[in-house]
Amino acid sequence: MQFMLLFSRQGKLRLQKWYVAHPDKVKKKITRELITTILARKPKMSSFLEWKDLKIVYKRYASLYFCCAIEQDDNELLTLEVIHRYVELLDKYFGSVCELDIIFNFEKAYFMLDELLVGGEVCETSKKNVLKAIAAQDLLQEVSYGDSPYEI
Amino acid sequence: MIAIIRQPNPIRLRDLIRQIRSAKTAAEERSVVNRECAFIRLTFREEDSVWRCRNVAKLLYIHMLGYPAHFGQMECLKLIASPRFTDKRIGYLGAMLLLDERQDVHLLITNSLKNDLNSSTQFVQGLALCTLAAIASPEMSRDLAGEVERLLKSSNAYIRKKAAVCALRIICKVPELMEMFLPATRSLLTEKNHGVLITGVTLITKMCEQSKDTLSHFKKIVPNLVRILKSLIMAGYSPEHDVQGVSDPFLQVKLLRLLRLLGRGDGDASETMNDILAQVATNTESSKNVGNAILYETVLAIMDIKSESGLRVSILITWVNILVSQGQYVALNTLLKVVSADNAAVQRHRTTILECLKDADISIRRRSMELCFALVNSANIRSMMKELIVFMEKAEPEFKAVCSSKCVTAAEKYSPTVRWHIDTLLKVVNAAGNHVPDDVVASTIQLICEAQSEQAYTVKELWKHLSIANLDLQPLVQVATWCIGEYGDLLLNSEEVKVSEKELIRVYHQILWSSQCSMITKEYALTSFMKLSSRVQSES
Repeated sequence: MQFMLLFSRQGKLRLQKWYVAHPDKVKKKITRELITTILARKPKMSSFLEWKDLKIVYKRYASLYFCCAIEQDDNELLTLEVIHRYVELLDKYFGSVCELDIIFNFEKAYFMLDELLVGGEVCETSKKNVLKAIAAQDLLQEVSYGDSPYEI
Repeated sequence: MIAIIRQPNPIRLRDLIRQIRSAKTAAEERSVVNRECAFIRLTFREEDSVWRCRNVAKLLYIHMLGYPAHFGQMECLKLIASPRFTDKRIGYLGAMLLLDERQDVHLLITNSLKNDLNSSTQFVQGLALCTLAAIASPEMSRDLAGEVERLLKSSNAYIRKKAAVCALRIICKVPELMEMFLPATRSLLTEKNHGVLITGVTLITKMCEQSKDTLSHFKKIVPNLVRILKSLIMAGYSPEHDVQGVSDPFLQVKLLRLLRLLGRGDGDASETMNDILAQVATNTESSKNVGNAILYETVLAIMDIKSESGLRVSILITWVNILVSQGQYVALNTLLKVVSADNAAVQRHRTTILECLKDADISIRRRSMELCFALVNSANIRSMMKELIVFMEKAEPEFKAVCSSKCVTAAEKYSPTVRWHIDTLLKVVNAAGNHVPDDVVASTIQLICEAQSEQAYTVKELWKHLSIANLDLQPLVQVATWCIGEYGDLLLNSEEVKVSEKELIRVYHQILWSSQCSMITKEYALTSFMKLSSRVQSES
C-alpha cells in the first residue's frame, strides 16, 4: 500500500497515512486531486479505479470515505477487506464509531491503523490481538500521566 | 514564598479542535490557527517539556488541516527521547507525519530508535519498529539493520511480526542487506501466530521477488506453505481469524501469492501445489467480496504456474461467472492479465466480455475493450469488429482514438478479404469521426491504392458518405476527396451511382468554403479537385 486517506463528503481530510516518501507539496496535490476524483463518482460505480500508475480502492462508511492507493500487483479485493477490518476495529474501540470520533481522537485512529498495518503491510490478522495491544498501550499512557493532568 | 505568575496552561487538544470547528469562515479559522501556532512556537522556544506532548498533538491536527508544521519536527525528536510513554507515542506519530526519509532531521532519530529498539517494554520497541518501517532511509536502514535482525529472532510474537515488516522495508531500501536476514526468516514459518506467519510470508515473497537465487533457495518451503494453507481451509470455525466464514483471508491471499511466485515455470513445485489450489477454488464461496479476493488470487496462481489444464478451464469458468453475476471490474482485470499467457482459455468467454462493452461503468467498458483486442483473431474478426465499431460510435472521445487505432491494426492483421478491409476502415473512420489518429487516414489511402480491384467500389462508397456527410468529419472528408481525385472517372462513369459533374463541383465548393473544414482538409480537396479537372472534361 502506498497511502491511505480518510475524508468527509465535503472533502475534509480526517487522516492521511503515507507509506512512500513525497515532499509535502506533492502529498497535498495528490490528496486534493484524488479527493476530487472520488467525490465526483456516482454511488453505483465500482470501488476500484485506475489513477496515474496506481490502483485506488475506496469505500464510503456513513459520512467518511476510506481510500487506499495500492500498486498494480496488489490484490484490490483484499484491500477492501483491509479497509473493512480497520472500520470494524475503530467501531469496536469507540463503540459504534462516527466521524466525530475520528476528528476528536485522530491520534487514536492513527494508533489503531499502526497496529493493523506496518509499512503498508498487514501485520496482524486477529481483531482480538489488535484491540488487546491498543488497550495495553492506552493503559501505559494512563500510567505515564501519574498524578499530573498533562494529558493531551 | 515567591508567588509565581504562571502562563495559563496550553489549551487541550479537543478544546482547540472545538474552537477551530466553530469558526464560521476560513479567515476566522486561519486566525484561530495562527494564534495557537504562535503560542505553540513560543512554548517550544522555552523548551517546555511539560506541555510539549499536548502542543505537538495540536500541531499535528493543525498540520492535517493543511497548515505548515515543520517547526515541530525537532520537538517530535525531543518527545521520542523522553522516557514517558505518551511522549513517545505522540513523538513517533509526529515523526511519521512530519518527517520522511527526505528530511535531514530524521538522521537524528536513529539514536533514539536504536535505544527504543532495545527497550524492555515491547510497546516501545513496537513504536520504534513501526516508525522505522514507515520512514526508513537507506542510511537509517544500514544503521539499524542489525537491531532489526536481532528482533526478528525474538521469542515475542508481537515483536517478531513487526520486525519482519521492518526487515522487508529495509531490504527494499538496501537490497544488499537481504543476506543477513535470510537465516532468521525461514523460522518465521514455523510459528503458529498468524501475525508472524503473514509478515513472514510477505517478507519471503519480497525476497524472492528481489533475487532469483533467493527464489530458488525458498523452493523447498513449498510443502510447508501448502500445509499451512491446507490447515487454514480445513480448520473449523476460528472466531479470532474468521471473516464471514473464511479463515484468515489475509493470510490465505499472501500464501497464494507466494505459491504463485514459487510455482511459476517450475513443474515440480506446480505439481506439489496443484491439489491445494484446486481445493481452495472449490471450497471458497464467491458470493461475498472476501471469497472473491481469495479466488482472484487463486485464478492468478493457477494460470501463472504449470497447472493441470482441467483446473485452468474450471477456474476460469468460476471466475467469469463472478464477472457475470457481480459485474466485477476486477474480474475483467484478471482476464486481461491471464489472456497473454493463455489466450485460448479466455476465448471461450468472448460473448460475456463483449457484453461488458455496454456496461454503465466506464472502467469496465475500457477494460473489456482492451480485452476484446487481445482476443481478436482471424476466426472471430468479423463478429468482433462489428461489436467494436458499435461500441466506438457511442464511446467517449478518449476511447475513439485508441479504439480506432487498434481496429485499424487488427483489420490489417486479420482481414478476411480486401473489400471487408476497406469497408471496415471506412466504418472506423465514420464511427470515430475526428478522433481518428492521423496515421489512419494515411493507412486507408495506402490500402485503397494497393487494392486495384476495389477502387471502383470504394470511390462509390466514399461518395455516398461524402454527399450526406457532416463536413466537420475531417478524416472522412480527406479520404473521400483523395479517392475521388484519383478515381473520379470510375465514379462519374459508374452505372449504379448517378452523379453529375455539377454535383461533384458543388460538394467541392462546399468543402473549400466551409468554415468547418480544416486547412489540411481543404488542401486535400484542392489537390483532389485539380487531379479531377485534369482527368474529366468540365467547366470549373
